[in-house]
Amino acid sequence: MDVMPKWADVVLVPLFSLVLAAFLSALLILAIGESPGEALKLMVEGTLLRSAGWGYMLYYTTNFIFTGLAVSIAFHASLFNIGGEGQAMMGGLGVSLVCLFIPWPHWSLAIIGASVGAAVFGMIWAGLPAYLQAKRGSHIVITTIMFNFIAAGVLNFFLVGALKPKGSMDPATANFPASTHLPTFEDMAQLLGFEKMFRSAPANVSFFIALMACVAVWYLIWRSPLGYEIRALGKSGPAARYAGVGSVKIIMITMMISGALCGLMAINTTQGESERLILNFTEGAGFIGIAVALMGRSHPLGVLLAALLFGFLYQGGAELALWTKIPRELIIVIQALVILFTGALTMMVRAPLERLFLMAWRG
Amino acid sequence: MDFLTLLQVLDSSLRLATPLLLACLAGLFSERAGIFDIGLEGKILASAFVSAAVAYTTGSVWVGLLAGIGASVMLSAIHGLASITLRGDQIISGVAINFLAAGLTVVVAQAWFGQGGRTPPLQSGGRFEPINFPGAIPSKEMADVGPVMQLYSELLSGHSLLVYVALLTVPLSWFVLYQTRFGLRLRAVGENPAAVDTAGISVVGMRYAAVIICGVLCGIAGAYIATALQANFTKDMSAGRGFIALAALIFAKWRPWYALGACLLFGFFFAVDNRFQNILLPAWSLSGVLLLTALGLVSYVWRKDLLDKIVLGGLGFGVAFVSILIVISVWSAGMSTQIKIPVVFIQSLPYILTVVVLAGFVGKAIPPRSGGVPYVKEK
Repeated sequence: MDVMPKWADVVLVPLFSLVLAAFLSALLILAIGESPGEALKLMVEGTLLRSAGWGYMLYYTTNFIFTGLAVSIAFHASLFNIGGEGQAMMGGLGVSLVCLFIPWPHWSLAIIGASVGAAVFGMIWAGLPAYLQAKRGSHIVITTIMFNFIAAGVLNFFLVGALKPKGSMDPATANFPASTHLPTFEDMAQLLGFEKMFRSAPANVSFFIALMACVAVWYLIWRSPLGYEIRALGKSGPAARYAGVGSVKIIMITMMISGALCGLMAINTTQGESERLILNFTEGAGFIGIAVALMGRSHPLGVLLAALLFGFLYQGGAELALWTKIPRELIIVIQALVILFTGALTMMVRAPLERLFLMAWRG
Repeated sequence: MDFLTLLQVLDSSLRLATPLLLACLAGLFSERAGIFDIGLEGKILASAFVSAAVAYTTGSVWVGLLAGIGASVMLSAIHGLASITLRGDQIISGVAINFLAAGLTVVVAQAWFGQGGRTPPLQSGGRFEPINFPGAIPSKEMADVGPVMQLYSELLSGHSLLVYVALLTVPLSWFVLYQTRFGLRLRAVGENPAAVDTAGISVVGMRYAAVIICGVLCGIAGAYIATALQANFTKDMSAGRGFIALAALIFAKWRPWYALGACLLFGFFFAVDNRFQNILLPAWSLSGVLLLTALGLVSYVWRKDLLDKIVLGGLGFGVAFVSILIVISVWSAGMSTQIKIPVVFIQSLPYILTVVVLAGFVGKAIPPRSGGVPYVKEK
């Protein structure tokens, strides 16, 4: 199998998958009577050539980094955490409880408290399926899917009931107090003396927390004993057990870290952007984490790059929906194709590349 | 609640259980052959869109049904290609198919009809109409007749053809799986593909056959939703039914007759949720049930590991806490105060029950042994 050098496997396979996905999407755009070239131009102009576009892109990217890291860390232990959506919802609940009921003097303290709240809630929501997998042998994919639906129910219950302010009609909590509002990129740019940068874009300081999470996950996976145990269990359960790695412990810890990362997504969306908890605030980001992790080959750097790509696609997709007849759902198609090519059809993507390398070796 | 109301609820349970049942049997064939299918949802959605769109364009519901099945089978073929031929990850492939359907249906619907991702309403001829049995009376005269006639006219008669098709699929699936050579081989492929291969039967062929059957049944489920239950396609109209069918499949322990029971039960939950906005129970019974659950959990973990104690014990304390909250909140009004069961609880019941079954507290659900594992032929 080792026809290709490692760099080719890591770089070329995702790139080739992306090219395939882009090609099919271009065909789709043609088929519905629009021009793919125009569409790409609009996406680039609306995203990369305006600072506000960057502000939106990095906001989406922040979400995708968290969920992408969460899915990848579970992948390292051969676990498939498809429950990012539910864990993020519970994280949102944690964030809003912390922000609403604790009087924070300053945002810098509030974000620490909210992060802890988000992580703990996400952790609990991932911990239950992890326990059921580790101790009772229930398939984690099914349980995490079920927990997504149950989380939606729980969120709904609180947002139409206890957490909804009296007299309000929409299912949402009260606005968080001003002292918990996170500085956006616009605020930060003004602080540095740049006026009119990132105008009204939602990107905020949680982007930097996401970057820190990347570094932390990299250290955890490749530089710590725990990461070694996680990878050992992922490569081979029996071998890991023989080496004295307790699978129950590792499954629990891995999934709880994964859940905590998904939960942390809520500081960006809930505390950073909407500044109150709303229904459906996750907008499928938990599922995009799967595409991001597959595309990024479960490596934090790859996840960061893939999250940037998907951030670009999401913001670009919004631009397309605004200016053309192409609905936002086109992005879901691209996302599906990326998952298909990088995750399920890898053999198909890899085979021509391998043939290419074989030809190159023979000269 | 009088007899007629009960019949009406059961009638609507049957309607709502039909797509679940078809999708559940679809999953049954696929998973019994060792191919996990998370993508039931996507196939239902794709078929719902294509059948509604084609039925609207051609004016014939039958052409719509065929087209819907075709769309669903195409997605099945992708799943088969990824998970059988290319030996990729079956779960990832299913996830991709769900997104593919969710995205493509809206993009194509928007380009085709320009109505914000929906199809125009179907006229008669473009829909599956209710079939009235001979002698069945219309619902407005229902109150004047006896219970047997009510049962006949309200519950048994007046469904669309696909409801009866779905019900007939249950014995048919049972027969195919347990009484034919094909079924034996199909089940064997899911348990021990190497043995089937040794017997000279193509594992790949059997698995493709199972996946295609799965596609056909999902196609019927989707067409039922868009052309019988509703009269057009709307964005994400499958509304998680594929996942509920998956839950029902586990609840049914991968058996056809149990699948019927599980789907009717889940359909009943939806019907209850649709019909009754307020379900009231006296506080003492509610807090009593919760307290008993909590006691059960705590006593179960008494002699277990620390982890069991933390997780299940914690869960027990959580449940006890809710029970005490209920008691405190109604204390002044007395314990027989009626308390409203949250609507979301009824909606979440299928998922909660599935988790309980998966956890093995109420009968263990054991999946086919080679499920999710690609078969690599010995060289």
